Amino acid sequence: MPKDNADEKGGIGAATTRREDFRFLTGAGQYTDDITLQGQTHAVFARSDVANGVIKSIDTSTAMGMPGVLAIFTGEDFVDVGGNPAGWLINSRDGEPMKEPKRPVLAHGKVRHVGDAYAAVIAETKQQAQDAVEAIEADIEELPAVIDMASAVAGGGLVHDEIETNVCFDWGWIEDNRAATDAAIKAAPHVTTLELVNNRLVPNAMEPRASIADYNAGTDEYTLYTTSQNPHLTRLLISAFVLGIPENKLRVVAPDVGGGFGSKIYHYGEEALVLAAAKKLKRPVKWTASRSEAFLTDAHGRDHVTKIELACEKDGTFIAFRTETMANVGAYLSNFSTATPTFLHGTLMAGNYTVPNVYVNVKAVFTNTAPVDAYRGAGRPEATYSIERVIDMCARELGIDPIELRRKNFVKPDQYPFASAAGLEYDSGNYDAQMDKLEALIDRDGFAARRAESEKNGKLRGLGVNAYIEACGIAPSNLVGILGSRVGLYDAATVRVNATGNLSVMVGAHSHGQGHETAFPQVVADMLGVDPASIDIVHGDTAKIPFGMGTYGSRSLAVCGSAVVRATEKIIAKAKKIAAHMLEAAEGDIELSDGQFSVAGTDKSVSFGEVALKAYIPHQFPIEDIEPGLEETAFYDPANFTYPSGAYACEVEVDPETGKVTVERFAAADDFGNIINPMIVTGQVHGGLGQGIGQALIEQTAYDESGQLLSASYMDYAMPRADDLPFYQVDHSDGTPCTHNPLGVKGCGEAGAIGSPPTVVNAVVDAIQSGGMDVTHVDMPLTPARVWNAMQG
Amino acid sequence: MYEFDLTRPTTIADAVAALNEEDAQALGGGQTLIPTMKQRLAMPSKLVSLGAIPEMKGVCMSDAGEVCIGGATPHAVVSAEATAFPGLADLAGQIGDPAVRNRGTIGGSLANNDPSACYPAAALAAGATIVTNSREIAADDFFEGMFETSLEEGEIITEVRFPVPEVSHYEKFLQPASRFALVGVMVAKFADGVRVAVTGASENGVFRWKEAEQALSANFSADAVSDLALSGDEMISDLHGSGEYRAHLVNVMTGRAVKAAS
Amino acid sequence: MAQVSMTVNGKTVSADVEGRTLLSEFLRSDLHLTGTHVGCDTSQCGACVVHVNGDAVKACTMFAAEADGADVGTIEGQANEDGTLNNIQQAFQDHHGLQCGFCTPGMVMSAAALLKDNPKPSEHDVRAYLEGNICRCTGYHNIVKAIMAASGQDVSSIAAE
Repeated sequence: MPKDNADEKGGIGAATTRREDFRFLTGAGQYTDDITLQGQTHAVFARSDVANGVIKSIDTSTAMGMPGVLAIFTGEDFVDVGGNPAGWLINSRDGEPMKEPKRPVLAHGKVRHVGDAYAAVIAETKQQAQDAVEAIEADIEELPAVIDMASAVAGGGLVHDEIETNVCFDWGWIEDNRAATDAAIKAAPHVTTLELVNNRLVPNAMEPRASIADYNAGTDEYTLYTTSQNPHLTRLLISAFVLGIPENKLRVVAPDVGGGFGSKIYHYGEEALVLAAAKKLKRPVKWTASRSEAFLTDAHGRDHVTKIELACEKDGTFIAFRTETMANVGAYLSNFSTATPTFLHGTLMAGNYTVPNVYVNVKAVFTNTAPVDAYRGAGRPEATYSIERVIDMCARELGIDPIELRRKNFVKPDQYPFASAAGLEYDSGNYDAQMDKLEALIDRDGFAARRAESEKNGKLRGLGVNAYIEACGIAPSNLVGILGSRVGLYDAATVRVNATGNLSVMVGAHSHGQGHETAFPQVVADMLGVDPASIDIVHGDTAKIPFGMGTYGSRSLAVCGSAVVRATEKIIAKAKKIAAHMLEAAEGDIELSDGQFSVAGTDKSVSFGEVALKAYIPHQFPIEDIEPGLEETAFYDPANFTYPSGAYACEVEVDPETGKVTVERFAAADDFGNIINPMIVTGQVHGGLGQGIGQALIEQTAYDESGQLLSASYMDYAMPRADDLPFYQVDHSDGTPCTHNPLGVKGCGEAGAIGSPPTVVNAVVDAIQSGGMDVTHVDMPLTPARVWNAMQG
Repeated sequence: MYEFDLTRPTTIADAVAALNEEDAQALGGGQTLIPTMKQRLAMPSKLVSLGAIPEMKGVCMSDAGEVCIGGATPHAVVSAEATAFPGLADLAGQIGDPAVRNRGTIGGSLANNDPSACYPAAALAAGATIVTNSREIAADDFFEGMFETSLEEGEIITEVRFPVPEVSHYEKFLQPASRFALVGVMVAKFADGVRVAVTGASENGVFRWKEAEQALSANFSADAVSDLALSGDEMISDLHGSGEYRAHLVNVMTGRAVKAAS
Repeated sequence: MAQVSMTVNGKTVSADVEGRTLLSEFLRSDLHLTGTHVGCDTSQCGACVVHVNGDAVKACTMFAAEADGADVGTIEGQANEDGTLNNIQQAFQDHHGLQCGFCTPGMVMSAAALLKDNPKPSEHDVRAYLEGNICRCTGYHNIVKAIMAASGQDVSSIAAE
């Protein structure tokens, strides 16, 4: 699909620089906290400093009398409204539906994690609200906290008394394959077993969450400006489940959003609170999280404890993967938290391999910690990490080269569509070709010399490799419906051709760093043959966009981009009718090329702009056959997920005296199908790699036994910095196109974060073993202290 | 943050007078104090900024050959101008990050005595003299444990005088989140012996590792300390490393500092 | 309340501020210069980096009153006089050195401070200088590349695209 002259025309395949950059580079971006509304007031939340406690009483009388205080809310004010729901219904192995305790706007009866909000003060200034929060007298009786998952499952204290267990569900995938998998493992000549932790992460989008609500008493309409990856879903949740505000009375706007990585998919109680407060006060109410609040209340990511077994023949042919996982969901179910450890994880447990037997058991566990939900990759990094670590360990046990062991079991190009043993149908891929590319990118042949050089300097050098596949472009509705989703997962776009020939394209995806304002016009421009600069993208506002399911799960281009294609096809079809009328030719003879509609075999033509003008000034127009105007909407619901895949390698140096790991080289060979803007795709991979390397080496979220978050600021939560990371070698050329969407594209946003953690850990284990130490596994993050401890034996 | 009055005196005398008021507190570069105040963990009624006092800024040499640094001198200036004491300039250039180094001051850092801060190691290893508005305090008498110093209420550090060692080096092992020292070791070799100061490691704050000093005074080489062992018992144990690990790192960092200084 | 006056992006401004008003709050709320962002409360993320008398500082960790009489530069004052991107900003766009844009103002301000003192920084120099600027989107590759390119160095050999 990329054309030879793509860069020149700025169409599909062009590495066009981003038009949104100008405002970001000049300080003219407009993020939620940058908005100030006339008469704006400020909300500050009273948050629990204990992880588990009974709210005996809350006395707000002193606080209410303090300067500037306008209103105080507690959980009592929201007992009659709904809870913030889980978006996916998961059934346990015994058929019982999952346990769904209510997640209220403000804690009522009990607080369940440090940071759980039990009251909110609205005041004229933020400082006044903060002062009043300190004056609220809350009598909260602390109870023992449920923190460790194993203890939570074993019984003892409860996070939610009413459900009488801490286990949300006990899920098997695919339950019918269980017996066969057990039998295959029992009979296998070789079984490698690995117990590992997929460490809990804090997403840390650089822009903290913020919301401003405005209420118009004259029309009974609400506007919510909020840091959201999907304003329509937020509106839906608030309308249908939480506050009951009719959708047609609630406008949700997500202006410029400073990163999300999953954490801004979800609806949070703070959004409902500012809406309720704005109505009560008839004034705008603003809340902006501090970073400290973000650490305590943003949905965290990962947090799995897993035992995985790989059964194989002596020659390395895979027979079965069997996994038992405990997945922490925290104190309340967040919107995607039940899908992440199940259908975004279990369905990927066959990896890139022709393994015939897969069985996954996941217990989701409530604890007195912040809710855990999808974070960049969401379930798929956990799957990839388990599979690719155990394969590496197996290769070492069998004495087989880790790349050869993977190649031996790869799905081959002639096997597509391939039905994986974990229940998905992979549409396209070529894993061997990626591995070939990877070996060249990382210069595998030069590794021995580089290792020798490192050793001369007293360092251990290791090479780690990894192959991943993921299912993304999160959709299709029919499939996710079967899997338990309570929403549809399609997307929508409206292409509006203005009378003067320029275009506004309203998209349901939401860009918070992904460059949609640049990439989507490339698609439309390419199809219409017009200048991309004449096309603007409109997103992030429920009042302007038909509908949308937002941006997460590497879905924007594959799903919403396809909707853009469908809407543009409708534009072309109608424009051809108008052109046929203008050219007095048959509709079937009209061709569109380079922005000109012409009659086949003649030199008669009209430009796209002339057709647009005609559509809006329909003089001498066949109004019986064609409506005036030129605007089309399409909803797109794909037939399947898309299946990006890749092979990653990295080289690390380990300082044997301190345990410090340095990533020296990193190479990523990805298959994203067709590429619309290679510059943006490369940037997405870079970002994912940074986060994945961060997870592997330094990012650590720790609660103590009482439920206090120990890594509650950048003083203790290590964010990757420029000097922690190398330049990366990235190649995503020559991908195998997705077979079922019109652009042939696959998602690229999460790949880097999925493929990199096992790559790094594999490399570190390789380095340590090269020093003669019998270390087969170290749990992430591989901090200097952990690596040093491991090396002490 | 709680409300307070902020004053910016231009002389040491005015600053001392302002600090006499109840609940008044000195503000150096604010790189630690301001984040603390944001968390509402400090509530001074008055902050006395020391940032507008010319006599407390700058780097110079004393007649006795000491590097003298005004108490309100930012780390970036020390890094650029303390060329007569390269080990000190190098240490100052490793504190925080560039923007922090443009605001944070030596007086503020020493008065705070964070157990993981870099400057206390420099002052202790060099045997610096901490000069206040009322007296001179030897570094050996100044640090009294985590966040504790011998400063009196209202007393401000006006200058720090560093004797210049023959050779010196500060070896810092980063705590990856805060970028403070997980362990930092400053080794300074003087004509009459070697001083070794360790930060980041001990629950009692910066300390001199006397055993290493003796060994290095006899033989200034990394080998001289390689067999020494510190106990992890009184070392900080946290998310980033156990006491045992920190004790081990002290040894490694000391050896590396000696090697770099030699 | 105390009166402060300072020069911000070449214009003299003055206002009454509380002692506790941070420079970042003063810029954002009083002057409506919202390009200076606040991403943390522990003086680490660097989204708020501005120039005070030519030095990069974290505007969230300095009181507005301490900038009394100072010359303050923010992201809003960085473009060329004709409104086009300056060479650092342009390099960030050319090399895709930004994604969500939130850390970007601080990155650009830090980069400008670096290049003032070190006109041809090595990769190591750039990475070390950015210790106090956190980006969650880019993995830093293209930021480092952009800053080296802005210094006039040939970055064509740096991997990828």
